Amino acid sequence: MSLDRYTTLNLGPTHPATHGIFQNVLTLDGEQIIDTEQTIGYIHRAFEKIAERRPFYQITTLTDRLNYCSSPINNIGWQMTVEKLLGVKTSKRVDYMRIIVMELARITDHLICNSVIGVDSGALTGFVYVFQEREKVYEIYELLCGARLTTNMGRIGGFERDFSSEAIRKIYEFIDHLPKVLRQFEKLLLRNRIFMDRTIHVGPISAESAMNYGFSGPNLRAAGVDYDVRVTSPYSSYDDFDFVIPVGSQGDTYDRFCVRQEEIWQSLKLIRNALDNLPEGKFYVDVPEFYLPPKEAVYDKMEALIWHFKIVMGEIGAPAGEVYHSVEAGNGELGFYLVSDGGRTPYRLHFRRPCFIYYQALPEMIRGGVLSDAILTMSSMNVIAGELDG
Amino acid sequence: MESGKEAIIGKLRTRFTEGILSVDSSGDMLTITFQKKGIHDVIQFLKENESLAFTFLTTLCGIHYPEKEYPLGVIYHLHRFSDNTRIRIKTFLPLENPIIPTVTDLFSAANWMERETYDFYGIIFEGHPNLKRILNVEYLDYFPMRKEYPLEDPTREDKDNRFFGR
Repeated sequence: MSLDRYTTLNLGPTHPATHGIFQNVLTLDGEQIIDTEQTIGYIHRAFEKIAERRPFYQITTLTDRLNYCSSPINNIGWQMTVEKLLGVKTSKRVDYMRIIVMELARITDHLICNSVIGVDSGALTGFVYVFQEREKVYEIYELLCGARLTTNMGRIGGFERDFSSEAIRKIYEFIDHLPKVLRQFEKLLLRNRIFMDRTIHVGPISAESAMNYGFSGPNLRAAGVDYDVRVTSPYSSYDDFDFVIPVGSQGDTYDRFCVRQEEIWQSLKLIRNALDNLPEGKFYVDVPEFYLPPKEAVYDKMEALIWHFKIVMGEIGAPAGEVYHSVEAGNGELGFYLVSDGGRTPYRLHFRRPCFIYYQALPEMIRGGVLSDAILTMSSMNVIAGELDG
Repeated sequence: MESGKEAIIGKLRTRFTEGILSVDSSGDMLTITFQKKGIHDVIQFLKENESLAFTFLTTLCGIHYPEKEYPLGVIYHLHRFSDNTRIRIKTFLPLENPIIPTVTDLFSAANWMERETYDFYGIIFEGHPNLKRILNVEYLDYFPMRKEYPLEDPTREDKDNRFFGR
């Protein structure tokens, strides 16, 4: 076979269907994919290097920009890592508040991913339905922390402010209304003949291969492995709640879609449970070295002023040691490997970014398929450029 | 849980009598430092031995301690799903010719992780199918995560570190 019968096609770095800045160099035989090579790093921002220069509380803003479709999960994951290093135990109220926020973030993440699978298969309508709902979650974020996309939510030790009554009302409103929209969305796609033909047996991966490639999250579960960090190593009191981990069987695009869809339903259940049983108490725990004192106290209490100054200037060292902490982010196991030498900044911080690890399996998943299926496979893997490049 | 750790250490001690440099089971997970020589066999043993079966490579990353005799480190995090046990394996290399065998033959996931480690620390993974830079530009002529490259320009005189708590 001579090489000149193949076409080389650059998909990206700014192709609208990649939904982010990364490139695939495809080798095509007609419409069939012979091979592909990914080029990544277009938005690499050296977070791991920057983190070595920043006090712990300033790293939360870096984590925002990993998977920016579900920033609060990254924020809280990082804060829990620092708490693990410090040996801080959070209260039930803080844990439940975190669960509510993290599950809201998971819902927005999955909504975007699944509706974009629809868009890429030619069905724009569903996307418009659910985008409205994402907007509502962003309004809730605004009430909780003031920001929408890159939230910088929460603090080491809890939250910067309590849930207001309006925020709680809005969360209830959201979880009451979403099921209706979700059912409409599922009616459009879930048993739609065209959608099923486009997604079933498209971009499949076996459970064994997915494990070998380091898959985690919905993509691994779609292949049939019931691994979920929330269940295997419960953090933030997830073990207080009863929820189902959906698994697929084929590991194809349709299974990934279904797994995410079911996870949204489970997240709704979790949020309602946590909100109904939200314990009374403070929205933070006592970590004076890292949690900013109330502003009023800073004005008239000497001790509070000192802590405020020391925290803001980042003068406080953390104990020496190393910890690995992981959370179940929208895309899978988001891990933080933190090495501290007792200084004011991490000595080394490594992010286990689920996207970066599973995206390398793309060539194997799309080889032999057609170009239009490759687009669907890619969007169903939910590759987020921010998380990919770190 | 504690007995599980002991069992793992025992198995590794029997199989690799000389390779183990230190064992630390006090932290959040069992941490074992090995000599570079034979590190591939260690990872293979951990993955393929039926009673160990650490079949999931969580992360692989580098680290740099400029003052140490062997300044460059490679850290593997492995995971066994069946009883949710994690293990951290470390090995250290000299600055000159930091060569270590690849584990891409055991874990496909290691491919990009090793490329990333090469990209940032200059650690060379022998036998890697495609060892080139992944996140940085190809013509970069240094390894930016090494500690001798400070984040801010060290020649600047307008900022005095004493005033910034550094």
